[in-house]
Amino acid sequence: MKRILSALALSTALVTPAFAQDTQVIGVSIPAATHGWAGGMNYFAQAAITRLEETYPELDFVLATASDPARQVNDIEDMLATRNISALVVLPFESEPLTGPVQNVANAGVWVTVVDRGLSVDGIEDLYVAGDNPGFGRVSGEYMASMMPDGGDIVVLRGIPTTIDNERVAGFEEAIEGSGINILGMEHGNWNRDTSFEVMQDFLSRHSQIDAVWASDDDMAIGVLAAIEAAGRDDIQFVLGGAGMKEMVQRVMEGDTMIPANVTYPPSMIATAIEVTALGVVSQTPVSGEFIIGSVLVTQDNAEQFYFPDSPF
Amino acid sequence: MTTATLSPRKLQMSVIGPILALVILIILGALMNPNFLSAGNISNVLSRSAFIGIIAVGMTFVITAGGLDLSVGSMAAFVAGLMILVMNTALPVMGVGIPIVLLGMAVALAAGLIAGLLNGLLITRLGIEAFIVTLGSMGIYRSLVTWLADGGTLSLDFTLRTFYQPVYYGGLFGVSWPIIVFAIVVICGELLMRSTAFGRHCAAIGSNDQVARYSSVRVARIRLLTYVMLGILVGVATIMYVPRLGSASSATGLLWELEAIAAVIVGGTALKGGFGRVWGTVIGVLILTLIGNILNLTDLVSPYLNGAIQGAIIILAVVLQRERKPGQ
Repeated sequence: MKRILSALALSTALVTPAFAQDTQVIGVSIPAATHGWAGGMNYFAQAAITRLEETYPELDFVLATASDPARQVNDIEDMLATRNISALVVLPFESEPLTGPVQNVANAGVWVTVVDRGLSVDGIEDLYVAGDNPGFGRVSGEYMASMMPDGGDIVVLRGIPTTIDNERVAGFEEAIEGSGINILGMEHGNWNRDTSFEVMQDFLSRHSQIDAVWASDDDMAIGVLAAIEAAGRDDIQFVLGGAGMKEMVQRVMEGDTMIPANVTYPPSMIATAIEVTALGVVSQTPVSGEFIIGSVLVTQDNAEQFYFPDSPF
Repeated sequence: MTTATLSPRKLQMSVIGPILALVILIILGALMNPNFLSAGNISNVLSRSAFIGIIAVGMTFVITAGGLDLSVGSMAAFVAGLMILVMNTALPVMGVGIPIVLLGMAVALAAGLIAGLLNGLLITRLGIEAFIVTLGSMGIYRSLVTWLADGGTLSLDFTLRTFYQPVYYGGLFGVSWPIIVFAIVVICGELLMRSTAFGRHCAAIGSNDQVARYSSVRVARIRLLTYVMLGILVGVATIMYVPRLGSASSATGLLWELEAIAAVIVGGTALKGGFGRVWGTVIGVLILTLIGNILNLTDLVSPYLNGAIQGAIIILAVVLQRERKPGQ
């Protein structure tokens, strides 16, 4: 094992002789691409690492993707034990199981950046980068209210029952309060196209007049649109998704009346976290604190800035 | 035990149990929402039952012959992904038309056949437990589809999807294609199980494979055939699934294997093998789909509890047929 490690060190030394003495390693631990958003996040993590390795030859990155929390814990322990990382960027699979292991990393004197899902104990991380879930719901709700000044009847598709979903829905409900918009029904579409297709079919059987749909996610919006199209219903004026999937942003850009807008929850926030962490490692720029990435309303006017044709999401 | 069930005695609980559960569900649904029995809703429910239903018919044979297949959900996702990739790649050459759809269908059937054959060969020729082999292939196919999609979603070209869509949404005389295909698969399955040597051999192997072997049943070959048949049926289900949303991702077909197995058992097939009932499987699939449909049509319980209701009804439907084991 020792021989392999020294061989590795030797090969690194040969590739980058000038900086071999003070190469710093940044570990990046993220969930595997198990759904669309996570796929985008993996893509942006790779892209950021490629860019940074070119820009800063003195930086080395270790990227590990885990398909469950237990594997992510193993990844992080391995990084600390064998790769001698000086900073860790982690998007926890789940808050609870990852809190202890990440705390150990922090106690070892390693810089810790936590992304999107917070840990269950405060003050472990040096930097926290996250999206704004209540804001995501609020922006969506405000848009709905502005599109339906006289009120109307809507149905809502929710994600997988989690804090993220609860915060979004709470923000949404707060924003539409007093606007005359009436929620006919809410069901969980689990951020899944097939489930949302079936849930929307049943909503359509149940309610003869629906004015608009808050699908709250672009994967769910695709299922909803297919169900509406198949039923041949024309009472629904528009569907509002969210998260900024490229196909949907494209439809916004082209002025599709069924998809007039989108609300971002960018998977590229992982790139923000990696870039800022790298900046802190290579320079004396202070980067500790919180970095909350706001949810932005995407309409036809600004859609072009949010369209990334190369991203898988 | 098995002979008692097969004998034509009337009004056995094992026979009326699942039907009774289905009838109760239908009455409940009709009472709770007037739209439940509308033609549109019935068509929706039957069409969406078709995927799991077609797979569950194949699963009935596998389980009857004493086997199990956990890989069908992942396999469906992989076959769907492969089909979309092949069709998108062939599009510039072949253009939109019937040939390219036929190519896609052929790819799905061939991929299903090969996947089923691999499972079957590992189980019968190498003698590895079906549970382990299919648990392994479940992980393999799920990873492969994630890899093919680069972590995202594979989408069928838009014009192609529009052309192919009638295979899910269209139909004959107002009955949609998935329902027609499901019905044909069920009728063939029922005939195969009841009236052919193959069906009887499956049951014989499932109840005692040693005895079956001494009775000159070609145990390995019959078992292999059940997995191949299931693989082909996964291909058939995928042919119906792809035109619905025109996409496949790592979330496609999640937990279909458990739904298919649950449908088979709710329908009265013995999990340990030896006895299988294709029509029962159909009832099982309908029960499972109807629960979700009724819960969506009413506000009776918190959506957080949907899984609990489903679980309770699955157990109840099996409790209703307990009379099958009078000796206990």
